[in-house]
Amino acid sequence: MDHLDQLENISIHILREAYANFKSLCMLWSIGKDSTVLLWLARKAFLGHVPFTLVHIDTSYKIPEMIQYRDELTRQWHLNMVYGTNTEALEAKQTFPEGNADRLTCCRLLKTEALKNTLSGRWPRYRFNHSENRYELDPNTEPYTGVIAGVRSDEEGSRSKERYFSARDRRSEWDIADQPPELWNQYKTDFAPGTHVRIHPLLDWTELNIWEYIDRENIPTVSLYYNHGDGKRYRSLGCKTCTFPIESQSRNVKEIIEELKSGQLANIAERSGRAQDAEDGGGLETLRRDGYM
Amino acid sequence: MNIVIAGHVDHGKSTIIGRLLVDTNSLPEGKLDQVKETCKRNAKPFEYAFLLDALKEEQTQGITIDSARVFFKTARRDYIIIDAPGHIEFLKNMVTGASRAEAALLVIDAEEGVQENSRRHGYMISMLGIRQLTVLVNKMDLVGYREDVFQKVVEEYTDFLNQVHLRAEFIPVSGTAGDTLASRSGRMPWYAGRTVLQALDAFAKETRPLDKPFRMPVQDVYKFTEHGDKRRIIAGTVETGQLSIGDEIVFYPSGKSSTVKTIETYNTPPQNTITAGQASAFTLDKQIYISRGELAVCANQAPPRISSRFRANLFWMGRKPMVSGKTYLIKIGTAKEQVELEKVLSVMDAADLASTQSKDRVDHHDVADCIFRTRRAIAFDPAEEIAATGRFVIVDDFEIRGGGIIREAIPDEQVWVRDFVMQRNYRWETSAVSRDDRAERYSQKPSLVLVTGRRNVGKKTLARALESRLFSEGKIVYFMGIGNILYGVDADIKRPGSDVNRPEHLRRLAEVANVMLDAGIILVVTAIALTQKDLEIIQAAVDTDSIYVVWLGPDPTDITHDVIVSQALDVQDGVQSVKRLLQDKGVIFRP
Repeated sequence: MDHLDQLENISIHILREAYANFKSLCMLWSIGKDSTVLLWLARKAFLGHVPFTLVHIDTSYKIPEMIQYRDELTRQWHLNMVYGTNTEALEAKQTFPEGNADRLTCCRLLKTEALKNTLSGRWPRYRFNHSENRYELDPNTEPYTGVIAGVRSDEEGSRSKERYFSARDRRSEWDIADQPPELWNQYKTDFAPGTHVRIHPLLDWTELNIWEYIDRENIPTVSLYYNHGDGKRYRSLGCKTCTFPIESQSRNVKEIIEELKSGQLANIAERSGRAQDAEDGGGLETLRRDGYM
Repeated sequence: MNIVIAGHVDHGKSTIIGRLLVDTNSLPEGKLDQVKETCKRNAKPFEYAFLLDALKEEQTQGITIDSARVFFKTARRDYIIIDAPGHIEFLKNMVTGASRAEAALLVIDAEEGVQENSRRHGYMISMLGIRQLTVLVNKMDLVGYREDVFQKVVEEYTDFLNQVHLRAEFIPVSGTAGDTLASRSGRMPWYAGRTVLQALDAFAKETRPLDKPFRMPVQDVYKFTEHGDKRRIIAGTVETGQLSIGDEIVFYPSGKSSTVKTIETYNTPPQNTITAGQASAFTLDKQIYISRGELAVCANQAPPRISSRFRANLFWMGRKPMVSGKTYLIKIGTAKEQVELEKVLSVMDAADLASTQSKDRVDHHDVADCIFRTRRAIAFDPAEEIAATGRFVIVDDFEIRGGGIIREAIPDEQVWVRDFVMQRNYRWETSAVSRDDRAERYSQKPSLVLVTGRRNVGKKTLARALESRLFSEGKIVYFMGIGNILYGVDADIKRPGSDVNRPEHLRRLAEVANVMLDAGIILVVTAIALTQKDLEIIQAAVDTDSIYVVWLGPDPTDITHDVIVSQALDVQDGVQSVKRLLQDKGVIFRP
């Protein structure tokens, strides 16, 4: 059993614990490589099925290929797909690209607020109807009490201190200085009404592990991660306004692995192409305490 | 490999790790400059610890609050270093970090010497089951790199470690000056041992416990029928041993058995065997009704202990003490059950290993030797035999507040009933129609409703009225007075003029009830003044949690009842309140 096998087994165990303990369960799918690996692991855990809803927060500034890829996999794997969005802020043009908010405020409105209100069911959810092949208003407004997310502890400081099962209070806030203990493989699966639990099956994976696993399992990933001849590719995906491609020649998974192991990226932080991190003093703590993934 | 770094507050854990990251070139480009820059901006001297103490509050207070995972690589292998906080207030975070580790580094300040949390953490490391430990005697630069100072710490701490059955290698280091971390500095020529880096690489990887008996806590039973999938899949992570297609398997505490038919995988090559560490799934030859919480075991290997009482070492992290007479939840493997603290045998202060016999509760940060009693029997192994199935956590008010390891099973009063039940379940011939299918057809959950109370309060009147009402609403329901058992089923133990052996009488009643519940029926039984002990016998023999107690009239016994029905009530109103209970419990559905 090698290191990737171990990571895979622990993640599947955590996914199964989540499914057994949370009646109203969903998984956040950002379309990026990490949450796509998570989706792949879910299909392994449940022997070909994904027995919960996938939630995507659409800021409307996502790179178009991401949405295309999302809907393709939704059809192909017959996923329960839901998206939510901050219509109010978009209509009021309260965003960074429109020049009416700084990066952090824009992130908070389009991502954190949209995420919190979509999870709680206060804002409309749009569910993919497979027979009609389109999204329609989801009649289900029940709050999700278990939320699976693909965060990894090597991404940034506050994520290095996360639990596998991490409690969020009534306002979705995270009390980072007073987290409950997590012993052996016993997690926080009991929660008070009105609160929810974030579940992090990928906490022990590194960026390199993710790519090695994508390679081993042949997992379909969005083409933005690869250089298509212009010497540029995305290392981390987000909104087109705040995420920038890096200079890289890697055209496929194997070349990315090589680049991460010994090439030019061996010593450069993954989220260095994300502008909002720099504005938060080099981390995401402020955003994450408030409910950001 | 996961390594925890522990020790007393301010002895320099984060500094050592920070320095190690810098010296081995493990930081992402620009990270060091960025932290130095932040320090300059805030007019603070740079500290290596800031590389790990990522939280704003940690940097302001200059302490570690929560364990951080740090990814680190040597020529030999990859590490996750878990930097645990040393402050007593954050002991729960230290324990969280340490419970994931295969080996530990423990830091002691050469100048301050062995402190309270040096010992407390040492004890926790031992209790959590970590067997590989290296002690780093830090801040050697502050004591002039003197060998006698180092030796004094070695002697004192070795004495302590002997008491908690741990052995360790000691290394003199300086986190700020970098001595003996990644390389030898020459400032301690008297030290000929390993550097920290060499010590890390020398830790042995835990071997998978393949030679132990097979143990797999059942996480779930999957039926994805709505997706056209007819498989009934048992899922769980194998803790120890291995299991192959064709092996006979027994589930505890129910004692039900079957044979492994297939091993299920998805996007993974087919397998004939599952082994320790694998998140697995399989199907069975004979369909038996089992659910999450049972422990799967190989039939021809040593069985686990089954009891509702056991002795354990507990450490308590709740601010409110753990007390007797209060109901908590215990989680062991995938089982979750109500539990009470029966008796505290002794309480120990982990900081000095002094123990007291006279306490009757377990306070914040206490370590105690105690006896627990669960509501229903659970399956486990003494931690010494199989660590993974001998550890548990205690939940109170939605949070994990305590952790423990089981030392031994203690016989309980229902053991004679359970012996029969396990024999029965082992040899049980299953019906062709599954419990779920039957429940779906009848649209009811098979249940036992016990109507009890003092003499002449109208128990049978209420029970019959309930039977008639449910029957008229289309339910499959049957009323049985406990006396119906007396002259037939009990013929061999009922002697004219003398009372029947009550426990055996109740066991037989429960066996009859169990058959009727297996047939999908809602069974209403009346009996005079049942006690908690009586209920426990019935619970031990009936193969479901679906038992509800209705106390009719005044003066209830100690029995845990679900509803009290006033004698003054009109019979139909009494029926209505029992019906509401059954609806609330999901036995019958609301119209």
